Amino acid sequence: MTKDETKKVVLDIIADIAPDEDLSNVKPDVRLRDQLQLDSMDFLDIVMELRKRHGIEVPEADYQQLASLDSCAEYLTPKFNALAAKG
Amino acid sequence: MKHSRIVITGVGLTAPNGNSLPEFRKNLLDGVAGIERREIRYMGSQLAGVCHYDPLKYQKKKEVRVGTRAGSISIYCAREALADSGVAWDAVAKDRVGIYIGCTEHGNVETENEIHNISKFNYDTKFWSHYHNPRTVANNPAGEASLNLGVTGPAYTIGAACAAGNMGLIHATQMLRLGEVDFAICGGVSESIHTFGIFAGFKSQNALATHEDPKKASRPFDLARNGIVISEGGCLYTLERLEDAQARGAKIYAEIAGYHVNSDASDYVLPNPVRQAECVRAALKRAGLEPRDIHIVNTHATATPLGDIQECEAIRAVFGAGCPDTFINNTKSYIGHAMGAAGALELAGNLPSFDDLTVHPSINVDNLDPQCAIPGLVLNQPRRVAKVDTILNNSFGMLGINSTLIVRRFVP
Repeated sequence: MTKDETKKVVLDIIADIAPDEDLSNVKPDVRLRDQLQLDSMDFLDIVMELRKRHGIEVPEADYQQLASLDSCAEYLTPKFNALAAKG
Repeated sequence: MKHSRIVITGVGLTAPNGNSLPEFRKNLLDGVAGIERREIRYMGSQLAGVCHYDPLKYQKKKEVRVGTRAGSISIYCAREALADSGVAWDAVAKDRVGIYIGCTEHGNVETENEIHNISKFNYDTKFWSHYHNPRTVANNPAGEASLNLGVTGPAYTIGAACAAGNMGLIHATQMLRLGEVDFAICGGVSESIHTFGIFAGFKSQNALATHEDPKKASRPFDLARNGIVISEGGCLYTLERLEDAQARGAKIYAEIAGYHVNSDASDYVLPNPVRQAECVRAALKRAGLEPRDIHIVNTHATATPLGDIQECEAIRAVFGAGCPDTFINNTKSYIGHAMGAAGALELAGNLPSFDDLTVHPSINVDNLDPQCAIPGLVLNQPRRVAKVDTILNNSFGMLGINSTLIVRRFVP
């Protein structure tokens, strides 16, 4: 999985949990909370949906890695690829 | 002790046959029921009263997603009531507003949903939603309304089984009279059709209605009645002290005349006509009225074989031959049993009688059960009457809680 594909996965989740938000111009290097109306429960939703839809676990200590789309891609892409390698 | 006079100044509702009081009333006069078939988890197709209001009229998509159906119904009804009241909401001190919402139950829907959810993950609780607790706390419906409206005064629910709708109004009346709040949003809501447990519970109790024609399924007082049709719905009112309502030139639907709440202390589920009659009499006494002064009695009757007979026994004991101007009807025959919303919705459906002097009938009575043949029963066709100055609304619930609310035509 490429980093762009990871960003798409995260944006798809955000589209479901924040359905009133316009996601067409999300800046990848800006904190998601600084450009979208997302609260701490919404971030727990992102964590939950990564778990449910993709089998990805994000420990609480790593939540800060989900701050922006770029940091999501950096942090999650190796996890997706490790999961894919396991088959 | 002299109490403040409390008046109803706004009504917001969603029922299976209407999303506003005018639409609801029209359907009650036209004999239009709102029962349909609905797929219920684990149980297949069942009869239910489903509301078709637009949640997005007053909520963002995210609020609908995060919140509960009961919360959404509360928000819709509260916003509709406020709009109807004509109050300048922006100027209202939000810390002096109380929200009091009656519920039969709350939390079953979300708990069932989460158990169903984790069943797809081998019951691993790490897939259990972090929204479960805020969705299932008992104050949820009122809390969601407070969030949506920015109300910082007391906002909570009143658990009183199917007597709860009346209880919302009664509690609001008490809080206004105590000076705890200056403006109240109150009534009852129900999301019960979204929990299979209520359907399964009534079915196991042999108290769930069946009928090939959904609109004929809820038939209180009919000889062939065979149980309850479960419904969702909500009805919230704005209540104010009379002087406050008059100061802002509010339209006044009715004045709270009297009420009473008591308990059977006799059975988990079986009604007790002696206690019901006591409840009605105590409400009349508080209102300073005699039985013959009541012009409309809206019954609680849910179309269970025994429950209807017992309520009729209670009504017969209070309103007998000496009440020629007392007419009796039932609203569940149109909308099923809206549980915590029932009392509030059923009162609302009768309020327009003060203006149109017409009593909406109880429909679906093809063969009146002789044991339910009480004087003054209005069946199948609306009845034009000479005078409607008072309405008495009964709502009773499991564990033997009874509530009676009396409203009167407002006369300055």
